[in-house]
Amino acid sequence: MLATPKIELLGVQKTFNGHHVLRGVDLSVASQESLVIIGTSGGGKSVLMKCLNGLIKPDSGSIKIDGQEILGKGRAELENLRQRFGMTFQFGALFDSLPIWQNVTFRLRHQRALGRAAARDIAAKTITQLGLLESVIDQYPAELSGGMQKRVALARAIVDEPEILLFDEPTSGLDPITGGVIDRLIVNARKRLGATTITISHDMASVRRIADKVAMIHNGVILWSGQAKDMDKSGVPEVHQFVHGLVEGPLTNEKPNQASENRARP
Amino acid sequence: MQGFVQNIGRTALDFLATLGRITLFSLTAIRWIFTPPYYWHQLLRQILDIGYYSLPVVGLTTLFSGMVLALQSYTGFARFSAEDTVATVVVLSVTRELGPVLAGLMVAGRIGASMAAEIGTMRVTDQIDALDTLSTRPMQYLVAPRLLAGTICLPFLVLVGDIIGVFGGYLVGVYRLGFNSSNYLARTLQYLEVSDVTLGLVKAAVFGFLIALMGCYHGYHSGRGAQGVGQATTNAVVSASILILISNYVVTTIFFGG
Repeated sequence: MLATPKIELLGVQKTFNGHHVLRGVDLSVASQESLVIIGTSGGGKSVLMKCLNGLIKPDSGSIKIDGQEILGKGRAELENLRQRFGMTFQFGALFDSLPIWQNVTFRLRHQRALGRAAARDIAAKTITQLGLLESVIDQYPAELSGGMQKRVALARAIVDEPEILLFDEPTSGLDPITGGVIDRLIVNARKRLGATTITISHDMASVRRIADKVAMIHNGVILWSGQAKDMDKSGVPEVHQFVHGLVEGPLTNEKPNQASENRARP
Repeated sequence: MQGFVQNIGRTALDFLATLGRITLFSLTAIRWIFTPPYYWHQLLRQILDIGYYSLPVVGLTTLFSGMVLALQSYTGFARFSAEDTVATVVVLSVTRELGPVLAGLMVAGRIGASMAAEIGTMRVTDQIDALDTLSTRPMQYLVAPRLLAGTICLPFLVLVGDIIGVFGGYLVGVYRLGFNSSNYLARTLQYLEVSDVTLGLVKAAVFGFLIALMGCYHGYHSGRGAQGVGQATTNAVVSASILILISNYVVTTIFFGG
């Protein structure tokens, strides 16, 4: 008997102002698997990610976590569900007005009433595991480099050991070395927590480092999905063009109205 | 002609839709003010920002307004030998009208803009979404403390502003216009009623709520990028200023009847 997927999406659709951003997305991620979603900018990747943890409500379709449907759940149920998720955003989304230790332990302090001293200890322990100095905990996000901010965002996502981790372009804007370090931290964190991860990435080197499985989204549908090792022999021209970063190909020859729909964002 | 009518209709519908959105936004925020958990640290931070750090600007504004009011009313009343009423005019004008309106407009510029810019920046940098993912309701964490702090702090600011404004009038009356100090003070208190001060404080509470509401609403619904945040900031200040002037008339009318 096949195991129930950790995350399962069926026919997920979302439209913004008449633009079809998701046109029926089907995806399945097994427990402790690492899925990376690739695709051109504006193709619906971030919207899909936000649908997964209830930040955006799809128009139709089904999203199941451990076989339990999450669409149609009330606010309180969604909040409980989100406690099983950790998420990092493309630009970190650290809270500017809070020092690093409060950023990292935000959920622990507000949802589990963790005290100040304990929270500082946990923040220090978590960020040192991610290769930052303990003294960073009293600094503010604006005082840190892009790479350090990404690590702090990662620390905030993993600090309460969630079952599911969502990463939105975790290496964007970083140099290749720092990007490689972040990838390694993601892989290590996933292994240590036994978490299921979904990552959005444009960085193919990063994809090869962290993915068990890859899915390419284009025009709001999953064009191809398969094992990461099979990415180069997918037989799908769009996947071939994207994976190899080719300027000429079906992705650059799409009609203008398709392009504008791809760019439609909430 | 048809296009003109259509435009009027569309504008009216847009206005009503915006009004509806703002009403829903404020009702939701008010609900969260009274619902645990309470974010005391956020509330204290806002009280400090609105109440304490706005004191200099409100104090300066009301001081010079009281001073100029004494000068101008002396010029007018001297024409029909009613100079004695200057102290009364200053205190009534400052407590009933100038104190709350000027403090409101100053705070709208300072706090309304900063709230819209801060929340707008949080919106465009995904910090508000991040709050949601951390199981914290943005309306409860960001908006409710600001609305409460605005409503609480403005009356205190206005009370201090009233005292400083009246003192400004006293300085000009005694040291520039030659009034006797004790006579001026006696005149200041002679016709002042508790309801004059109360009216000003009620207005201040309404203005404080509206300033915070406009700052939060426009920031929360900020467009993308720096331009979106800039537009949200402008909209917050302009709409708060207009609402202050409109609600000033409405509150005065309600109290005038009494």
